[in-house]
Amino acid sequence: MSSPVNGTASSASSTTLSSATPLLEVSGLTKHFPIYGGFPIKRKVGAVQAVDGLDLRVAEGESLGLVGESGCGKSTTGRLITRLLEPTGGTISYRGRDITHASRRQLAPVRSEIQMIFQDPYSSLNPRQTVGSIIKSPMEVNGIEPDGGREKRVRELLELVGLNPEHYNRFPHEFSGGQRQRIGVARALTLNPKLIVADEPVSALDVSIQAQVVNLLQELRKELGIAFVFIAHDLAVVRHFSERVAVMYLGRIVEIADRADLYENPRHPYTRALLSAVPEATADDAPARERIRLAGDVPSPISPPSGCRFRTRCWKATDTCAAQAPPLVRAEGNSAGHLTACHYPETARLPVDG
Amino acid sequence: MTSPMPSTAPLPAVAEIGAVPPAPSAPSRSGSSRSPGRLAWLRFKRDRTGVISAGVVIFFFVIAIGAPLIAKLYGKNPYTTYASSRPELLNAFSYPAGPKGGMSSEFWFGIEPQLGRDVFTFLLYGIRTSLGIATAATLLTTVLGVVIGVVAGYLGGRTDYFVGRVIDILLSFPSTLFFIAFMPVVYGVFVAPNDNIPTGLRATALILVLSAFGWAAMARLLRGQVLGLREREFVDAAKVTGASPRRIVFKELLPNLWTPIIIQSTLLLPTFVTTEAGLAFLGVGIIDPTPDWGVMIQRGAQFYTQDITFMLFPGLSMVIFVLAFNLLGDSVRDALDPKSKR
Repeated sequence: MSSPVNGTASSASSTTLSSATPLLEVSGLTKHFPIYGGFPIKRKVGAVQAVDGLDLRVAEGESLGLVGESGCGKSTTGRLITRLLEPTGGTISYRGRDITHASRRQLAPVRSEIQMIFQDPYSSLNPRQTVGSIIKSPMEVNGIEPDGGREKRVRELLELVGLNPEHYNRFPHEFSGGQRQRIGVARALTLNPKLIVADEPVSALDVSIQAQVVNLLQELRKELGIAFVFIAHDLAVVRHFSERVAVMYLGRIVEIADRADLYENPRHPYTRALLSAVPEATADDAPARERIRLAGDVPSPISPPSGCRFRTRCWKATDTCAAQAPPLVRAEGNSAGHLTACHYPETARLPVDG
Repeated sequence: MTSPMPSTAPLPAVAEIGAVPPAPSAPSRSGSSRSPGRLAWLRFKRDRTGVISAGVVIFFFVIAIGAPLIAKLYGKNPYTTYASSRPELLNAFSYPAGPKGGMSSEFWFGIEPQLGRDVFTFLLYGIRTSLGIATAATLLTTVLGVVIGVVAGYLGGRTDYFVGRVIDILLSFPSTLFFIAFMPVVYGVFVAPNDNIPTGLRATALILVLSAFGWAAMARLLRGQVLGLREREFVDAAKVTGASPRRIVFKELLPNLWTPIIIQSTLLLPTFVTTEAGLAFLGVGIIDPTPDWGVMIQRGAQFYTQDITFMLFPGLSMVIFVLAFNLLGDSVRDALDPKSKR
């Protein structure tokens, strides 16, 4: 049942959820940003519950998409996994090794294996460093001296991401947004990572460039067998890139499933609403697709609703939803690994579009 | 980036004559990969005011450094009272006997009233003393300001709050009054009240006091810059690779701070020159007989109703220097930061 962990092999064969030790395992992950107020003595008056009890697993070479509205905690999750932020609660373990509260020195061996690609290619590259020194710096920090020298490795990486190796000595301001993002990708690849957290890597780019960058990431993933946590709010991009997709709402995962299951058989009302909002080109005589319009705004993460967090905007909400938070479980009629956090999941196998 | 491209088009024809294939690619590469510093230098070179004032400033520094050499070639020194051996240099009222403050081929800038020292060498050595103190104070202030400002900005939280209040207090002091009040205290720490204060100690104390009250503006400026920079994603990118805070500060943040540091310190130096001269004028800084810009102006102020030339030389030279340095500072700022148009 449990497939052997094959890191080098391409991840074309979809890895199952039940592999012995997943590459990354996150359970009950919580991040509350405290709010201080009061006069004259400032004290904690509340907390933004950016991420509240998140569970997910990423297998070797697997690509997990993380989608949701703005402010639902996607980016915070990414930053918690790369340990740019200190979790308030829960555990993060990488290859069975707890890194939840590891210090910078303790993290050192893991650092090279978890890398990140950032959203804004204009602020993620130091304007005062050449491309060469930007890509080289992860090797310097970790004291890695590859065969043939660091400069050779940088040139290889530049070639790998589709840039001219001769541009080694150029500065970031001489590149376009798409090229800059490629530099960011090259930097993330410098240390031969096993997991890359891509925090909306294409949302700052032109649509024509988005496809190029996503395809580049796709190729790299297949060639190098790197697992991805791909954070995006563009459902189409995630569908293209990720085998498993998790939908987040207000700091929690409401549904997680394999790509086909999630997009064709969404069980959570929020997922359905989200998918129905994707604009689609249809012929004039095609039956009009049902468009679910959610009323109201996302509640404040400072005081999220009791029970199910989606209940304030859900057309199915009952008293049960207010009283109990639904656990993320396999709903009836779902395939293995399709988990939904809803008391009243949508009926299975209902085509989303007409 | 587009300009080198057309130049490669007629290349095949030219290549046979040139016979060096890699040559055409070399200039196009170096031309297109101009560092921000190189671009700033090109902008600076186009700024005529900046280039002229840079020339003036360099001239002052050269004569300050070369003062002993110039004095040797000139054959005089600033300490000898030439009038005591040659009383004919001064008239009955102890003012220079010759016209225009005693200017002659022997004493180029004339001689000092009463004591009869040589004005030219006295001015040279005065510039040397003043610039030395101002430069040292600027360097120390810059180092202090950069370290405190960057640390406060990067660490944030309590450290930032505490440093911020210290800066507030320092900036709210009337600094000149404070210098006057503090200089004797500092001297008192090192020297017994009745002893003579050695000139070296006076200079050191001046540098220390000027720096102690001067770093606040620099620190505040850099703190603000760092607050903006540390939220940029390239800092996160460095953290993800496991970079130490030290590396982040020195390799990631500091290169982005050179612009404000250079601008602030070029504006700082002329204010230190004037402050130092002001303190000497008031008698709490460098004192006679040590040559100094401020000392000269103070001496000149005693005689200017009768002998304006003695006041003129230090006064004019200082105005020229401070003006040139301020204009240089402006030009440097414009060159480094093309967006900040006045």
